[in-house]
Amino acid sequence: MTEAAAHGAHPPGFAHQFEDMQQQREAGNLGMWVFLVTEILFFGGMFTAYIVYRLLHYESFVTGSHLLEVKFGATNTYVLICSSLTMALAIRSAQTGKRKGQIIFWLILTMIFGALFLGLKFTFEWRHDYIEHIVPGFGFQYRPEWGSLGPGVQMFMCFYFFMTGMHAVHMIVGLGILTVLVIMTARNKFSPGYYAPLEISGLYWHFVDIVWIFLFALLYLIGGRY
Amino acid sequence: MSTATAGAHDGPPESGVNYLNASYGIKSWLLTTDHKRIGLLYLVSVTFMFLVGGLAAVVMRLHLVEPQGALLEPETYNKFFTMHGIIMVFFFTIPAVPATLGNFLIPIMIGARDVAFPKLNLLSWYVFIVGAIITLGAILSGGVDTGWTFYPPYSSLYSQSHVAAVAIGVFITGFSSILTGLNFIVTIHKMRAPGMTWFRMPLFIWASYATSLIAVLGTPVVAITIVLLGLERLLHVGIFDPAVGGDPLLFQHMFWFYSHPAVYIMILPPMGVVSELITAFSRKRVFGYSFVAMSSLAIAVISFVVWGHHMFVTGQSIYAGLVFSVLSFMVAIPSAIKIFNWTATLYKGSISYEAPMLYAMGFIGLFTMGGLTGLFLAALATDVHLNGTYFIVAHFHYVMVGGAVIAYLGGIHFWWPKITGRLYPERWARLAALLVFVGFNLTFFPQFLMGYMGMPRRYAVYPAEFQVLNVLSSAGASVLGVGYFIPLIYLIWSLRYGKPAGPNPWGAKGLEWTIASPPPTENFLTPPVVEEAYNYSGTGGSHD
Ligand SMILES: [Cu+2]
Repeated sequence: MTEAAAHGAHPPGFAHQFEDMQQQREAGNLGMWVFLVTEILFFGGMFTAYIVYRLLHYESFVTGSHLLEVKFGATNTYVLICSSLTMALAIRSAQTGKRKGQIIFWLILTMIFGALFLGLKFTFEWRHDYIEHIVPGFGFQYRPEWGSLGPGVQMFMCFYFFMTGMHAVHMIVGLGILTVLVIMTARNKFSPGYYAPLEISGLYWHFVDIVWIFLFALLYLIGGRY
Repeated sequence: MSTATAGAHDGPPESGVNYLNASYGIKSWLLTTDHKRIGLLYLVSVTFMFLVGGLAAVVMRLHLVEPQGALLEPETYNKFFTMHGIIMVFFFTIPAVPATLGNFLIPIMIGARDVAFPKLNLLSWYVFIVGAIITLGAILSGGVDTGWTFYPPYSSLYSQSHVAAVAIGVFITGFSSILTGLNFIVTIHKMRAPGMTWFRMPLFIWASYATSLIAVLGTPVVAITIVLLGLERLLHVGIFDPAVGGDPLLFQHMFWFYSHPAVYIMILPPMGVVSELITAFSRKRVFGYSFVAMSSLAIAVISFVVWGHHMFVTGQSIYAGLVFSVLSFMVAIPSAIKIFNWTATLYKGSISYEAPMLYAMGFIGLFTMGGLTGLFLAALATDVHLNGTYFIVAHFHYVMVGGAVIAYLGGIHFWWPKITGRLYPERWARLAALLVFVGFNLTFFPQFLMGYMGMPRRYAVYPAEFQVLNVLSSAGASVLGVGYFIPLIYLIWSLRYGKPAGPNPWGAKGLEWTIASPPPTENFLTPPVVEEAYNYSGTGGSHD
């Protein structure tokens, strides 16, 4: 009641607890950054455990790393970097007041890249791993050539599936967010004056991409492959 | 419920609309995004969890009256102390002050209409409830016997109890404290009223800010640790299992990386409450404001580098042990700064001893005991003797109960008139505060002695020589139980029969006392402008 008198007409997307759009935008951005810090700690816990065990069981982890197909990882890295570009272009389109069709185009392209990543991961890479019997808990088999390294290789594969699995969960959440953004754009929610949800979701999407870059390097590349 | 707005500095008394009567019905509560109502939802939830956890403690203390155990099978006893620990740590003490008083007070104290993300705030309550239901369900269907610390390989390979379900419950609840912490950080950064600079913020806000930092930085790590443990248990893959190259100590490192700072999630907000109580009932600006404020941040920072003091006897490197020992001693410095500043605030203050002040004084004494005995445990040599004994049990109960719970009760009493618009009966409250203090000391002081003499914790039986001390402890627990029960009765009673409180029954300073009790939905009818914190000079200590 008093609020309406105090603030007059609300701009679109304005939430009642804020004084103005500027404050709302800053709060949203800070909120996402704080959330990303929790995510860094979340993945950081896994990375720490991984690195500790890598130091303890270096040879096993190298053997495990050789079981992964770099071609899958590299393709997916490329796909994700493309999706980050299209995400940034979607935000750019909203910021500069382009037609909503253009924003939706970039968002959908981002979703296609995201889906491609997950498709490659689940239907090719993980299926391949399953056939090779290197999925811990699901028909994992020690190979004679590993000798005493076997348990360490299994440990490596545990971390591989756990870390990339957690990353995949974040990707799926990201696809959900993108779907919501497409619907919001279609309903004309965004304008050059208000595109905070796009911007904040973009931060999340880029973060998930960066985590993948680290995973790719840590799991596939390091370990004396050459 | 009628409201007393007579004498309000702000807000037309004729409106009489407040956050409690603005809308009615169960739906208006379950779908609310009002930080004050969410605070009350949390209040009811954590009180319920406190009763469940307290019940477990009652059964344990009854059991321990006899050396051979009076009630339970040893396996059942293990489940009871585990249930007590998990519920009291994760579902009561961690959320108690931040989620109830913090939710209610933070926006008001900084002059905001609400937290930055009201819907997220409601979501965090639902997340808490889901975690609580899963945990309680697992407990009812058989329970868990690992201790609240879930140490592998027992928890991951050998325990026959519902470890996975309880771990999932705790994991989910963690996200509730992450969301609350995130909300508070953004709220405190971005929602302050004009003139509310960082160094005019109430000390409760500083404490809540430091707490939120810990919650946001620490909780994700314990979450991931618990997931790893759950995976090991469900899929039978070795992660912490030494038989396949895993390292159980890694679990302990990761667990305590969160769970030591979590001690400060539990104690910092109560310290903030005590700062408010001491200054209000001494009618004097808190001594050394900036030192008290900065000591909260110092505690938050140091808390992240001391976790190894839980592992002195686990085979951790002796050099790591030395470093962790020195760092642990350093926590004593900011803690002591607070204690000394509170004491100095009392000097030449016009002190009165209403119930909240009794709790605050109790806090200072008991937390000092808890803190000083912590130094015994931070010292490598004495820790070898005391680790795993009742000395530790007594130490952390002095901090968690004598500190956190007592300050929580003090805070609930202090702000009860603001929350409900009603006064609680002062005589009963003082009686209860004294009973809690006496009962608490009688329960836990004997445990220092038992522990010093070598009685190990977590055993269902004990040598007969410890019986006198155990009986004393159990007797104290019943006094403590009565002390908790009385406020439960009269606070509920006061909702209907308590005297109308008026906006500022204590003559305290702070934005929350400038608005009506209970506050209107939007908190401030006219946006506040802040000029000074704790401006007690010139008011002469008179009540409004
Ligand atoms: Cu500790």
